[in-house]
Parts: sequence; C-alpha cells; structure tokens
Amino acid sequence: MKVKVDERGYYGSFGGAYIPEMLYPNVEELRKNYEQITTDLDFRKQFESLLKDFVGRPTPLYFAERLSHQYGAKIYLKREDLCHTGAHKVNNTIGQILLAQRLGKKKIIAETGAGQHGVATATVCALMGIECIVYMGAIDMQRQKPNVERMRILGAEVRPAESGSKTLKDATNEAMRHWINNPKDTHYIIGSVVGPHPYPEMVARFQSVISEEIKKQLLEHEGREAPDYIMACVGGGSNAAGAFYHFYDNENVQLIAVEAAGLGNDTGESAATTVLGKPGVLHGSKTLLMQTEDGQVIEPYSISAGLDYPGIGPVHAHLFETGRAQFLSVTDEEAMKAGVEVSRLEGIIPAIETAHAFAALNQMNFNPEDVVVLNLSGRGDKDLETYIKWGKY
Amino acid sequence: MNRIEELFKRKSERVLNVYFTAGYPEVDSTVTIMKGLEKSGADLIEVGIPFSDPVADGPTIQESNGVALSNGMTLELLLKQLEGIREKVSIPIVLMGYINPIIQYGIEPFCQKCEEMGIDGLILPDLPMYEYMELYKPVFDKHGLFNIFLITPQTSEDRIYEIDKNSNGFIYMVSSASTTGAKTGISGEQEAYFERVNAMNLNNPRLIGFGISNKETFDKACNHANGAIIGSAFIKAMAQAGDKGLTRGIDDFIKQVLS
Repeated sequence: MKVKVDERGYYGSFGGAYIPEMLYPNVEELRKNYEQITTDLDFRKQFESLLKDFVGRPTPLYFAERLSHQYGAKIYLKREDLCHTGAHKVNNTIGQILLAQRLGKKKIIAETGAGQHGVATATVCALMGIECIVYMGAIDMQRQKPNVERMRILGAEVRPAESGSKTLKDATNEAMRHWINNPKDTHYIIGSVVGPHPYPEMVARFQSVISEEIKKQLLEHEGREAPDYIMACVGGGSNAAGAFYHFYDNENVQLIAVEAAGLGNDTGESAATTVLGKPGVLHGSKTLLMQTEDGQVIEPYSISAGLDYPGIGPVHAHLFETGRAQFLSVTDEEAMKAGVEVSRLEGIIPAIETAHAFAALNQMNFNPEDVVVLNLSGRGDKDLETYIKWGKY
Repeated sequence: MNRIEELFKRKSERVLNVYFTAGYPEVDSTVTIMKGLEKSGADLIEVGIPFSDPVADGPTIQESNGVALSNGMTLELLLKQLEGIREKVSIPIVLMGYINPIIQYGIEPFCQKCEEMGIDGLILPDLPMYEYMELYKPVFDKHGLFNIFLITPQTSEDRIYEIDKNSNGFIYMVSSASTTGAKTGISGEQEAYFERVNAMNLNNPRLIGFGISNKETFDKACNHANGAIIGSAFIKAMAQAGDKGLTRGIDDFIKQVLS
C-alpha cells in the first residue's frame, strides 16, 4: 500500500482543506509554495544545519537492554527527548520558521496544549528575532504554568483561549481566528499533522527526519534499515507520523499507534479517537473526530495534555481505516505506571504522552528476535507535577 | 423560481439579510424570530445552525452558538421547528452552518429536508469550492438549493470570477479581513474594495456582511452593493431586548436600521 497525499490533500478519504474563504489566500499561498521552498538546496542546508547544531540531531537510537529483557524483544528507543526544548516538536518549528521567513512573514502565531509546541515555537521565534503569539487554553495555562513562563522568558506573548472548553481545540480555534483577522504578514505554525492541506503533509515531512535517522542508525546497530515494529503515541500524531514516514510503504514494518484512553474507553473520559470517533470535519480537515450524533465536537480527556485532542491527523485516520497501522489505547493509570517503569529500568523519565507508547508494550506479543523501535518523543520534566500528584512510585 | 432569485428580480437595492443563531436566546425562539424579522421589514433570513467550533465567528456569535447548544439545539430539532414555516414566513430563508453537523446528518437527507421545509439557500463557510462542485452541487441542484459563496478583500480577481460563475442567489461579500462582529464602521479602504468588485460586473447580486451593525453602516454598505447582512449586532439587540420582549426588540432594531 502506498501512503501518499494527493493534490487536494487527501490520504484516501481523509484530509482536504475545509477552510472559510477568509483563510483561503494564506493556505493557498502555502500550498503553492511549500514544496518548492522546502526542497530548495539553500533551505535544506539551513534546516539541516539548525537541526544539527541547534536542536542536537541526530538524536541517538539507543538499545534499551533492560526494557528489552523485560518485554522479550530487541527494543530501541529513538531519543527525541534529547532534542533541544525536550521533545520532537522543535523539528517542525525549525522547518516552519524558515518557511515563514521565505514567505516574507513578519509575525508568528501558534496554538499549544501542554505547551511543548508553544515553547518550541517561542524558541525558534527568539532564534530568528520574530514576534510570536501563542494561544493556549485558559485551563491549560493553569495546568502547565512552567511552560507558560518558559514561553514568556523566550519573549513570546501567551494569550489565553477563553472560548469553548478553554483547552487545545479552542486554542486552535483562536489561532485560526487570529489568522483570519491578520492575513497579510502572519504565518500560523501548526504543531501537529492536523489542519488544512498542506499542513498535515508539511509537518509530517519536517518530522520525517526521525524515521530517516532510524533507518541509518538501525543499519549500524542491526545491519538492517527497517525494524519489525515502530511504536509511537498519537494525539494529533506528529511524532508518530515522523517515525512512520519512511516506513509507510514497507509493509514488513508493523506500525503501532498508541492513543490515550484516559479513565477508560467506556467511561466517557477518553481521548482514543479511533475507538470513539467517526469521520467528520474539524480545523480544516476531514478526519476521525470525537463528536456527538449532532456533529458537535466532544472535549476529550487524558491525563496527558498533549494527547487530549478530539481528532487525529488525516494520515492516521487513513492508516487506521486501511489497517496499515494498528491502533492501541492505554489508560492514564497504565501510562503512569509505564512511565515509572521506564524511569527505573532505563534511567529515563519520559513525557506522559510517550509513557502511553511504553505502556502499550504490555499489549504486544513479540518474538525474541523482533526489532522494535519506540519513539521516545519527549522527556518528563514538564510532567513532574503530574507524576508527583499521581504519587505511586 | 427560487425565492432568492425572485427577491433580487423585484428588489436590487437596500436588501436586508439578518442572521441569527437557532436556539438563541431560547431553544424555541426560532419561529418567533423569523416571523418578527419578516414583519419588521427584513428581506431575507439567515438561520445559523449552531456548532461547537465556529472558527469564522467572533465572540458574539460564538457565545450565541454556545448558548444555543446548551439550550439543547440540534440540527434535527431545528429542522423539526422549520416544519410548516412556509405557512408563517414567505421571505427567502437561508441556512448558514459549518459543514460537520450537516455531514453527520447526511447531505442528501439534509437537502431533501430543506426542500420540504421551503429553504432557499445554504451558506457553508468551510465547504471548499471544489468539494462543492464535485460532490454537493448535484444534490443542491436537485433540491433547488442555492449555494452562497463568500469573497473577502483578499480574494483574487480570478477567484472572484470563478466564484461568480459557480454561484447562484447572491455573493456574500465579507467587508474586511476579520471574524464576524470584530470591527464596526466602514473605512475608505473597504469602500475601495467594494468599488473594485462593483467594477467587475459580476452576474450575481452582492450583499455586504461583517461589520454592519446599524443604520449608518447599512446605508454605507448599500451605496456599494445590493444590500447588506447584519449578524452580531442583531444577536446583541436580542440579548438586550429584556423586558420589552423579543418581538418588540427585533422590531425596534430592524426599524432603526431601515429608517
């Protein structure tokens, strides 16, 4: 099976650009220019050099010996937690800031949930000396205070989204409204593989450096480019898309996407979109969406602020629909336990988002020779308070 | 003949289209508001289908959407309220809404229902033109529904011509780069944009919306187009109607705009 976006931004039946006319010129400008700009030699050079010297890439592919012993397979961790700012998010913001500069944009806006994408955006804006406004749900601002202050220290303005449920979905709405009101000199850096075409594909391409490196590094470790399994957590799905990207068309590689089941998929407090969602349109694309029968978007729940988004990127909806990827879901409790287990076994405290991917190891049936790559998308520093509150360690 | 077409044949100046959100202020206000609007002299009614995430809307209409949803308004309930509406209201009726609730209802059953209720047109701001042309237009046509497109100051001339070609009824001219209700007043720059579009000799009539809030802005808009659309300001007027009651509040507001 080929996983490829078509001219209108569709992966199979998901994607597209469902935007009001007010956003059409901006999105069209991006669609027309992004391929040419991002494949330009000069752009590639600057992008790669920043990823190397500023972000600290390539991130290691680390053989996790004790974890491997525990789960009976050869488990490698792709160490995106070692990226500057603490997560994979910065791969995308570096790419988009360079793109924004080439489009002549003078201001940047972004949305953020847990604050990781906001911090990564504030970071590249500081780096380039560009004005930055980050929209964040008013409730998330209370939950993630340290990241709010990180953004402010970096010189960004953090604006509370007071509408709707005051979380990530509403921060995204507010960022889109800001873009409608400021169409001329502003670029919107979306943080995941969501939004209208070309965002999902563009963000996936910036994140695809993850799977590009996995191929090379696995060759050194194992004498083969492709693992048997790749595992990653999915909120919107940018780290998963980056880790899967160069393996989409190699069906010997099993793609495992892990969603947040919150308190359980039958409790009404979950964010597992492939379990609870139906096809629908939100934030510019047709995808799987948690919604009422009337088509109103449901506010999801997860202990992890980075996974509680009511949709998933259209590419993931496509991977799910076609069966190319297997989707698992993991509860808060399972994720927290796994986070502590990895801390004890490997000396790495993972972000709670990533802890969901670790927890899914329990649901797998590996052969001892299987090579598994788990994308360690972020580190747990930002989540200390949540770990402490949970307390069972 | 579609009532919108009939309207513009009869009247090409100072056409007033008024938007309200179904389910606001009360879940059963829909028919009262529509009757009130016709009686007070509105030419066209735009009924908003509430949605949880109205990205093109400013605070006032976000709020009315939120209230409508917590009042229990749904698309299904709205269509039920509109049963028999043609015995009570004779001016053209347009439904405005984001595409997701309509997709969930089903495009074909929705259009079928609209035809039965006597709905004349649809405004679906997040439905892309190519999707409309390929998948929706045949269904809309079959049920006699006009699709109303938006243009903005940023819309290119080529695209305006393309929209004009694919439109019927009227073109919704968004007055400025903004969400609804964000700006009030009309600047010289906006008037220049209205004139630029006027000079294009489009086939379809044009109504100006966004930022039209009172007699002054309505009059100004009417100097440059066939009429105008009022939304947020009308929602606010209803919220402020208070003791004098909804019908009286509507009448006072519309009469003042048309005075």
